[in-house]
Amino acid sequence: MDKTEVMLNRAKSRAHGPMTDLPVLLPVAERVRRAALIERREGTYRLNMQPRHAVCVVALLAVAVGSAQAATTAGLIGPLEAMWKWMGFILVGPEGAFTGFSLNLIISFFAMVIGTIAGAALGLMQISLLLPVRRGSWIVTQFFRNSPWLVLLFTIMLLFPFEIDLGFVVIPVPDWMKAVIGFSLPIMANISEVVRGAVQSLPTGQWESAESLAFTRRQTMWMIILPQCIKRMIPPWINWYCILTMATPICSIMGVEESVSYTAQALNAEGDRPELIPVFYAFLLVIFFIYTYPIARWSIQLEKKFAFKT
Amino acid sequence: MAVELYADFFREIYDSTGWNFPFLYEQYEYDRFLEGMWVSLKLIVASLAFSLVVGIIGAWAQGAESKFVRYLIAGYIQFFRNTPPFVQILFFYFVLGNLVPSYDAGGYQVGYIDSFGWAVISLGFFAGAFNTEIFRSGIEAVPESTVEAAEALGYTRFQSYLHVVFPLAFRVCLPALNNNLVNLLKTTTLAYGIAVPEMMYTANQMWSDNVNVPEMMIVLFIFYVGLVAILVYGMHKWEQNLKIPGYG
Amino acid sequence: MNAIATNWTPDQPMVAIKDLHKSFGDLEVLKGVSMDIMKGECICIIGPSGSGKSTLIRCINALNNMQSGSIKVEGLEVNDPDLDKLELRKKVGMVFQQYNLFPHKTALENIMMAPIHVLKQDKKEVEERAYRLIKKVKLEGKEQSYPGELSGGQQQRVAIARSLAMNPDVMLFDEVTSALDPETVKEVLNTIQDLAEEGMTCILVTHEMGFAREIANHIYFTDRGVIVEHGPPATFFDDAKDPRTKEFLSQIL
Repeated sequence: MDKTEVMLNRAKSRAHGPMTDLPVLLPVAERVRRAALIERREGTYRLNMQPRHAVCVVALLAVAVGSAQAATTAGLIGPLEAMWKWMGFILVGPEGAFTGFSLNLIISFFAMVIGTIAGAALGLMQISLLLPVRRGSWIVTQFFRNSPWLVLLFTIMLLFPFEIDLGFVVIPVPDWMKAVIGFSLPIMANISEVVRGAVQSLPTGQWESAESLAFTRRQTMWMIILPQCIKRMIPPWINWYCILTMATPICSIMGVEESVSYTAQALNAEGDRPELIPVFYAFLLVIFFIYTYPIARWSIQLEKKFAFKT
Repeated sequence: MAVELYADFFREIYDSTGWNFPFLYEQYEYDRFLEGMWVSLKLIVASLAFSLVVGIIGAWAQGAESKFVRYLIAGYIQFFRNTPPFVQILFFYFVLGNLVPSYDAGGYQVGYIDSFGWAVISLGFFAGAFNTEIFRSGIEAVPESTVEAAEALGYTRFQSYLHVVFPLAFRVCLPALNNNLVNLLKTTTLAYGIAVPEMMYTANQMWSDNVNVPEMMIVLFIFYVGLVAILVYGMHKWEQNLKIPGYG
Repeated sequence: MNAIATNWTPDQPMVAIKDLHKSFGDLEVLKGVSMDIMKGECICIIGPSGSGKSTLIRCINALNNMQSGSIKVEGLEVNDPDLDKLELRKKVGMVFQQYNLFPHKTALENIMMAPIHVLKQDKKEVEERAYRLIKKVKLEGKEQSYPGELSGGQQQRVAIARSLAMNPDVMLFDEVTSALDPETVKEVLNTIQDLAEEGMTCILVTHEMGFAREIANHIYFTDRGVIVEHGPPATFFDDAKDPRTKEFLSQIL
């Protein structure tokens, strides 16, 4: 076997995986490789929430409360009382205005909606037959994928106009709306990659058989390819939603009135007592967990149901 | 001489187009800018190094006899994977920051670990959680038989680790490790939230002083996206070099 | 080249096993095994799974330690707590059933590694020896291939060449063809046959009865940790005495 053959074989093996009939590494090596590829394609790690994590998080809260209780001197309110007092504020803001944790959820919801629509469009553009469209969308995707979220958020918060003057009506753009736009940009880029990855993971046989049946490219896309891809796209899409929800506290840095900034305010109002700090932060962790856990579990269930080789 | 021309050039640009890059023509701003960039790079390298150490120790501890230790490590991994990184940083800085002893710096208390330190620790544990799993899988991918074959050839335990286990485990780990590294790089910007004087913070100061938000934003993007691009490219090349041929 | 002076002469057994006992925790796997193997002999150990065959040869190589008994390889006592394992491994080479090779090195590098790192020999000299060994196992042209690019049979042959690079006096083969496709089994068996015909002392644990009958000087049958019966192939296969042996042979032949 001369050098050219060796090189060709090596190139082939890069495409197809192990070539030998007697494996040289344990199967876990192949699993790690595949998992790394999936992670690279989808843009982030998969959350893997288990029931026992709920136990850990609650245990953390219990420990925090316990130690705070021990450190509470007479005359000051205990940790449980403080939590109860501020819970409403942190969850829904003053007088039920939709700030606090509910604002986190609102931001994540709208950012996901916008990001999904824009991302799907961008993803389909990445597989367009027109080179400029492909290249342009690829650049946009890579740019927003690789920018830190905080930098994007800052850019939008500072540079986006605080109101949009359409002539007949002036739309105010409050802080949280800017945050929505700021978050939707990286989501758009990542969903674009998920869509592209899903479409490209379909066997070429699908395209070929559609072509031989004289479907146009558009028909092939909408009637054959995309319906099959939807199933593949849902678990990573849900995963991204969970990651996004957990990333929304970042906007507290910009002064958006969501759960983390309210927690800081609550702690301040309680006199910055050091023993209350772990209690309140543990409480934050618990509420984020309570919200994301069912969603993450549902995604795992869906993936099992749709089980296929990626 | 060249520096002067260079500085004048950018002053010209400012005068004519209004695009203001003060750090390119003013010494003070330049120093500040470099300082911020330096802290950013230090933060990235330090959290990366710390996360590797945490990963190695965690992977080793996961093979421990004691069930308690194994559960502890598993709990640690799952905690850092499934909670918001930003809240983790705040938790470390405010909660653990209170527990660390402090010294008197002329009338007020200064903790022994400053915000930079806490950022490194928090980010290190965050990325370290992923590294633990990655390293564990890497080591488990090396068959016991291969290690025994090395021993049968006369390698000592240490030599077999050096020449066989670690090179193999590393090659298996590398793609996943790269993903983690890029993720870590992007996450280091969150240190801004606890006032670490890195790139974002410096840029913030500069645009407060010079009212040139768009320009500084462009610079920030170039810096971070450029770093990530360099990293991704470099890692890709490294991966290609270290692929186990015939194994994909 | 033995740094350790032993009183071994070629008229004594090369490998002398006396009353070997080996347990894994509470489970006793070898219950007093004894055998003598002379220089140049090729012996096969056969038996049902779990009978302790692999454990036996792994004890010879000090990969498993023994609870009691003695194994002397060229006079070197394996059960000695002060044993220099390197000296032992210079004398005894071993090939495993699978996962032998180092996947991140080429075939040539695999063969060259141990003499360079362990024996500290000169690189040029080792390289020449490696090329000769590759030729010997009939794998010319595959020197620069990585294990993942070689078939199972080719991998095992490189593994044999690699063990030979250390110039051992005894070769141990632990079911080396069990994980291979039937087509490639032949090429590996041919290599082992060549080795045996050149005078290498070989100890094989194998299921290949035809091969055993052809090349072995002596066959040992183990069952549940003891050697039930042993003898030259002619008497062993045609005229087995113990009922357990007869039962085993009737199942597999």
